[in-house]
Amino acid sequence: MTTNELPRERDELEHLVGAARLGDRFAFDELVRRTHVDTYTLAYRLTANEEDARDVVQDAYLRAWKSLPNFRGDAQFSTWMYRITANAAYSAAKRRRRHRAEPLDTMVDDPIELHPDLQPEAAAETSAMLDELAVALEQLPPKLRVLVVLKDVYGLSHEEIADELGISVAAAKVRLHRGRRKLRDLLYEDGASDKGLAHAM
Amino acid sequence: MQCDDVARQLPAAVEHGVAVDADVQSHIETCLRCQAEVARYRKMLRGLHLLRTRFLEPAPGLLAQTLAAIEAEGERQARRAILSGHRLAYASAIGGAVVAASAAGVVVVVHRSRRRVPATT
Repeated sequence: MTTNELPRERDELEHLVGAARLGDRFAFDELVRRTHVDTYTLAYRLTANEEDARDVVQDAYLRAWKSLPNFRGDAQFSTWMYRITANAAYSAAKRRRRHRAEPLDTMVDDPIELHPDLQPEAAAETSAMLDELAVALEQLPPKLRVLVVLKDVYGLSHEEIADELGISVAAAKVRLHRGRRKLRDLLYEDGASDKGLAHAM
Repeated sequence: MQCDDVARQLPAAVEHGVAVDADVQSHIETCLRCQAEVARYRKMLRGLHLLRTRFLEPAPGLLAQTLAAIEAEGERQARRAILSGHRLAYASAIGGAVVAASAAGVVVVVHRSRRRVPATT
């Protein structure tokens, strides 16, 4: 599941979505099989915690299964799932704030990463740079991280994000602005990352 | 315009398609420090965009757990549908019984009241 799905893959997904909308559980299970890595990746980026990401994934698919009859198909299934996942992560963060004493961005686990197939040297540089970014993202406060992830990583619009998080478009823009500034500070505060990023990009 | 003023606007200004104030634009064109800052933000945004292609493999078991949770939810929904169907049937039966009892009561009352009416000569 990506925003640049191949045409055949997209057709198959659309077919599965159509069948699942009519109540075909097997079609929905297949959708879950095909998209769960992408959904988990987004959930992890949003929560910065493996256990929470797993809960968010389950919650997101349950919500998707329940609201699939209302899916109009005017957006890609992947975008629709991003929004549901973001909403599930936001609800989980709110629940966690009520029940846990520690900050939301602690207890970061180390999931296994799947690297794109690149030339070894370039891949190593890009990988190091993405590692830095991923670590910096995890250090952002959750309220800012969700904006940066949804807008700058997943390309959702301000309106879609505001709608899913239940905030105004203006508030979404302000938080994104603050999130980017904070991320920039985390990446470049000692000047070391500047070199790494410049090299890799 | 000072570098600090520009720095405050950069997180929004570096986004593609966002209009930048003429003052900010002209300051950046003449300030190496702000040009470097713009370059940093652009690199950061490109990196974030690239992060989209990096997938994280969930620990084994997540898929099976998720499918099991969906199956359990499907069963719950089915049970709920059956129960609500039964509830409707019970409600209909009770409603029917109440109507029948009321009708019978009315018949009995009318019948008794007719029998009590004294015969007139």
